[in-house]
Amino acid sequence: MNPWREKLQLFMRNGKGMFGLVLVLIFFASALFAPQLAPHDPFQLNIPARNSGPTIDYFVGTDQLGRDTFSRVLYGGRVALKIAAIGVSVSLLIGLVLGMIAGYGPRWLDNALLLFFDTVRSFPTIVMALAVVALTGPSLGMVMVIVIITSIPGYGRLARTSTLALRNADFITAEQSLGAGPVRVLAGHILPNVIGPLLILAAMDVPVVVTIEAGLSFLGLGVLPPTPSWGSILNEGYMVIRDTPWPVVAGGIPLVLTTLGFTFLGEALRDVFDPRLRKGY
Amino acid sequence: MLAYLIKRLLLGVVIVFAALLTVFCLLHLMPGDPVSIALGTRATPEIQAQYAEKMHLNDPLIIQFLIFAGQALTGDLGRDVFSNRAVSVMVFEQLPYTAILALSSITWAILVGIPLGCLSAIRPNSLLDRILGLISVGTIAIPSFLVSIWALLLFAITLRWLPVIGAGEIGDPLDQAAHLILPSFAVGLGWVGYIARLVRASMLEVMNENYVRAAWAFGLKSNTVIYRYALKVAVLPTITMIGIGFGHLLSGTVFAEIIFARPGIGKLIFDMVMSRNFPVVQGAVMVTAAMYVITTLVADLMVAWLDPRVRESL
Repeated sequence: MNPWREKLQLFMRNGKGMFGLVLVLIFFASALFAPQLAPHDPFQLNIPARNSGPTIDYFVGTDQLGRDTFSRVLYGGRVALKIAAIGVSVSLLIGLVLGMIAGYGPRWLDNALLLFFDTVRSFPTIVMALAVVALTGPSLGMVMVIVIITSIPGYGRLARTSTLALRNADFITAEQSLGAGPVRVLAGHILPNVIGPLLILAAMDVPVVVTIEAGLSFLGLGVLPPTPSWGSILNEGYMVIRDTPWPVVAGGIPLVLTTLGFTFLGEALRDVFDPRLRKGY
Repeated sequence: MLAYLIKRLLLGVVIVFAALLTVFCLLHLMPGDPVSIALGTRATPEIQAQYAEKMHLNDPLIIQFLIFAGQALTGDLGRDVFSNRAVSVMVFEQLPYTAILALSSITWAILVGIPLGCLSAIRPNSLLDRILGLISVGTIAIPSFLVSIWALLLFAITLRWLPVIGAGEIGDPLDQAAHLILPSFAVGLGWVGYIARLVRASMLEVMNENYVRAAWAFGLKSNTVIYRYALKVAVLPTITMIGIGFGHLLSGTVFAEIIFARPGIGKLIFDMVMSRNFPVVQGAVMVTAAMYVITTLVADLMVAWLDPRVRESL
């Protein structure tokens, strides 16, 4: 039987994986089609109806300025999607290159890169982000930079481990004896064998990235008002938490669903494609 | 063992140094003039010149870094721009609050997470295992700052069971404990799931090891085998992970401190960031880095001490 069909069937039989896939598709669709789906303009004020609970007109109520929370949540998904797409792909790319260099290059370079990975990975992200944003001022671009820097080590370490396992394989030695340089070996032979687990890690990394953005925006260090993001909705909701519980509830649920969706999807992909990875987590 | 200890200590020094350098570079290489960043644009030229002199801003960067690093090594982290208080005193005043919060959070998470992981591992793929698995993923899926906000909403505002803000009256342990419950719940919840999953995975692995099979073969009671033999080794990765995850734990306490308006390092850094009081930010970030290094070192040494296999290999 075609191995891909077998994998697909394995995946289809994984209930959690399919549930995750549905949540992920909803995440993408609601963000991409937010302008079509939103019942109201997310910036439209309606002061008389401010801090209202759910009504027929406003599904999950309004915020302190009478803006429709549901529409704002939909638009907030666009910020999350942007951060996730750019942040994860850029850090994956940098981590992949650095990790392969660490695994294939000389020992001292490996040690230096490992030290870099471990230092960055273990340092409290939020503390560092606070210090950085203090100097540069809040912006989506800065959040993106923080997300990328803190995500690189995860990919780098994984790419390094896989490269190390491959560097003495027979087909690599054969390629080297045919006169292939390091770039050719890495790009042509190691890369295709290393990329799979990294893509699975990327799926699991999306919620982490989205949470960092929401956390920073919640602290007022991310996107600037009036742009809606799940974090800024939570921030504005926190300010009026004694008057209305709806914004902090509505702003938080998509965060939880996104995390669940990508976690389930990532775990299912891992179980189907690379059961060996399971150990490390 | 000694060689290992020395290597780890050196690595720790390098990490603190790297953090020091990063903070320094951020403060000095960012576009814009550090004086006007620190004092704002409305400061008079005299005040600006005075500040530049005090902070050694007219010296070359290398000299500035050496002065900064040398002072940091002797415990002098600089002075607050506004109140002129020593940064080290300000940071160490806040440290106990953060330490208590972090410790209590991780303690309850361990006390709940390890038994959950064990229960799951004893009968893998049973109904109980599946339910516990879902609970674990559920607790991981809610970011800790969201747990803080929702816990605040539910228990403090809607149900009014617990106090909302602050750390409680000094000298009143009961009041302080009541103020600790919600933040500690919020910071620890995600860890329950992490620990349960990790213990489950490593229990399943350990249960197949020869020494556990030998224990069964000797006819030891199942509780003895599971708890005295298997679990003892299966918890080791958890200790390592708590060491590595310290940064993550600290991020959780930062949010909890801000949301519950509780004193602590996170709140201090946040407030100082908001008032652009950079020497304090710099000092607090440094202390955080040092705390991280010490925690990971202690965690690794604990694993080495508990696991004879690791101890032998050092």
